[in-house]
Amino acid sequence: MLVYLIRRIGQSLLVIAVMAVLVFLAVYAVGDPVAILANPEATQQELDAIAARLGLDRPLWEQFAIFVWNALQGDLGTSFVYSESALTVILERLPATMELAFVALVLSILIGVPLGVIAGLKPDGLAGRTIMSTSILGFSLPNFWIGLMLILLFAVELQWLPASGRGDTVDVLGVPLSMFTLDGLSHLLLPAFTLALYKSSLVIRIAQAGTREVMLQDYVRFARAKGLSPRRIVMVHVLKNMMIPVVTVLGLELGSMIAFAVVTETVFSYPGMGKLLIDSINRLDRPIVVAYLMLTVFIFVIINLVVDMLYAAIDPRVRLSEAKG
Amino acid sequence: MQRTAKRLALASLPLAMIFATPALAQELTIGLTSEPTAVDPHFHNLGPNNALRSHIFEGLTQADENQQNVASLASDWEAVDDTTWRFNLREGVTFSDGTPFDAQDVIYTICRVPTVQDSPSSFTGFVAGIDSIEVEDPHTMVFRTASPLPLLPTNFASVGIISAEAFGGENATYAPDGCENMGTPPQAADFNDPEKAIGTGPYKLESYVRGDSIVLSRNENYWDGTPTWEQVTMRPIANEGARVAALLAGDVDVIETPPIQDFDRLRRDGYQIAQGLSNRVIYLHLDNNAEEGHVPPGVEGTNGENPFTDVRVREAISKAIDRQAIASRLMGTLAVPAGDLLPYPMFGTREDTPVDPYDPDRSRELLAEAGYPNGFSLVLSAPNDRYMNDEKIAQAVAQMLARIGINTTVDAMTASTFFSRRNNYEYGMWLAGWGAATGEISSPLIALVATRNADTGMGATNRQNYSNPEIDALVEEAMRTVDEDAREALLQEAATMAMADYATIPLHFEVTPWAFREGLNLTPRADQYTLAMEIEPAS
Repeated sequence: MLVYLIRRIGQSLLVIAVMAVLVFLAVYAVGDPVAILANPEATQQELDAIAARLGLDRPLWEQFAIFVWNALQGDLGTSFVYSESALTVILERLPATMELAFVALVLSILIGVPLGVIAGLKPDGLAGRTIMSTSILGFSLPNFWIGLMLILLFAVELQWLPASGRGDTVDVLGVPLSMFTLDGLSHLLLPAFTLALYKSSLVIRIAQAGTREVMLQDYVRFARAKGLSPRRIVMVHVLKNMMIPVVTVLGLELGSMIAFAVVTETVFSYPGMGKLLIDSINRLDRPIVVAYLMLTVFIFVIINLVVDMLYAAIDPRVRLSEAKG
Repeated sequence: MQRTAKRLALASLPLAMIFATPALAQELTIGLTSEPTAVDPHFHNLGPNNALRSHIFEGLTQADENQQNVASLASDWEAVDDTTWRFNLREGVTFSDGTPFDAQDVIYTICRVPTVQDSPSSFTGFVAGIDSIEVEDPHTMVFRTASPLPLLPTNFASVGIISAEAFGGENATYAPDGCENMGTPPQAADFNDPEKAIGTGPYKLESYVRGDSIVLSRNENYWDGTPTWEQVTMRPIANEGARVAALLAGDVDVIETPPIQDFDRLRRDGYQIAQGLSNRVIYLHLDNNAEEGHVPPGVEGTNGENPFTDVRVREAISKAIDRQAIASRLMGTLAVPAGDLLPYPMFGTREDTPVDPYDPDRSRELLAEAGYPNGFSLVLSAPNDRYMNDEKIAQAVAQMLARIGINTTVDAMTASTFFSRRNNYEYGMWLAGWGAATGEISSPLIALVATRNADTGMGATNRQNYSNPEIDALVEEAMRTVDEDAREALLQEAATMAMADYATIPLHFEVTPWAFREGLNLTPRADQYTLAMEIEPAS
């Protein structure tokens, strides 16, 4: 087990190192931030001064060395635009994105599980067929289009919900959250629904398959023979057992929702991390882009590492094969 | 559906009554194209920052909607001689925290500008060149400059005055190479705190949430009458579709630059559109590098010569372009054909500047005279997300040039890449824009036409390497001349020469649109700023 642990950590570190090189090179190959940052009227001297201050006049390898040295000390650089620590600027946006991902997650469960169960109980009925074919739409319609249509319908035509922004926030333990204000919740609903649509289609599919499988199990048959009401069978026995794969998949999807809500956040001008990423790319704020991507890599590596560790702990076969090989 | 909407509205009424402030009609929400990067008035010299700044921090002078320099915190000023300026400060002005405004605040501000750390684009140039500052009395100041600085009053419009008392600068004294007794000068992040963002402006900072909103509230003690709005909220909505949707949904009252294709729909739904001629000219630059054997990138079929050094070729290109067609067919009403680098009546422009006529036959003759009877081929580079319809304009120009035998392909790219490559001299011909921040034709003449000189800062954007010593001499003379009339005459002469020599080929002046809900009036500004001060309820 210890050997396996050391090997996996070593692999993770290698992945982070390789990604650092790739991300840094890719981001630093694009454009010249000085041309974007400086006022158009700036003279050549002013431009040179900016380049020197940002360290852009040094050779690429030197810039990379400085970046790595600072990163090892937990400093992922200073934003060109805000001249604050890149990590601080990103983490400032984290609550907004987490909140969006969380509400989207709840929505996808609330939408996906009941529909999936209904479709699973009567796979050949009209309801089941309709649900399953509609869920294909949820998969295939592009995110930004759904967002725009929702804005058009609920914000522009009906004027029930606001079209953009985050709305009022309240501080909960020092973290500004909009979930607990009416105004904030109304701002959250459309982007969260947009983000949830794809996930709920996924949940429908998994829940449907799970329900069909569970319904054929002996314990369901026995429960029925025992005379339990269909309601109790579904609510207790089926639901409990088919939720396991749903939870597993959603856990993994949560990571991608936090890291890649970029499109949804842009369409709704939602001030989360994804929008920060897009804005920073446009402004060539390289430290923010690099820090964001490194943070994402780090999160995913950690998640994978933890999952692997858990597998090893749960499943002796993994341990044994690793010990041998 | 209508009924459900009403029922929903009724159901939420009690809540609305709890949350809404009593003076709902006095609130204004503006959807901005791009977000100010800081509240600090001296941090980042960029349009959105300067627009926000003028709500909170006023300068000694200010630019009016036509970019004429008018009084603000200084009630009047005069040039005593070529290197001496006397400014009379307005009396009875207080900062939003109640402390009175006087000469010490001006000194502290001028001292503070160079101390801003990590400024992405500094304001130092606006306060450079001052030799000494004398305070005759708390409301009369005399500035002595090392050399004549005719633009000093204009420069002061860009420098928002901060309070000396707020940062312990009561005893600061000015010296050109570093002030003394500065206390602890504030850094950019300090101003994000409403407690520290203290100015004399019509509005006070209420809150600043990066990426989400900037909220301003009325400065009840403002010296020039009660400001119109109780509260002003600015929200950055970069995506133009989202911006229009936010207006249609009633989230915001005013938006910047609605896309042309949505004008009809907006008007149909009862929204209004205001348009104002801007200070920005869209122009073509041609690689004028006259070095032996230099061929501009992308140019082919010229036997190893640079065609653009020949004024006849430049004229041929200019006369091949149907500016009227571009303005009317491509730009809707959002462009005015240009024959100069700045629209009349801004400082240094001429009233009857002709627009170069569309004359393809003459263009072909000129090309033949220059030795290119069969034309040549070139690549026209352009940004595709910086100016209104930039890529489409480039396409139109390419087609027009093809008609006179210059086979043109367009290479359009995102702005960040475009400008970096331009600064690396990677283009033979390119399309770009220039906004004159000072509202004077000296700005485009210095940036686009004057010979490149890294030491003096002349020709900073003249990446075409055009050089004409006569124009340089006139511009330099103008920048030493304090007398307004003499200076304007010099600039007019320089501009006339530049246009006659096709030193830059102007296409059109951009017209800036704003869209807003019914019941408002908006005064368009030439500098394209959106200011709450220029928006009033319609009476």
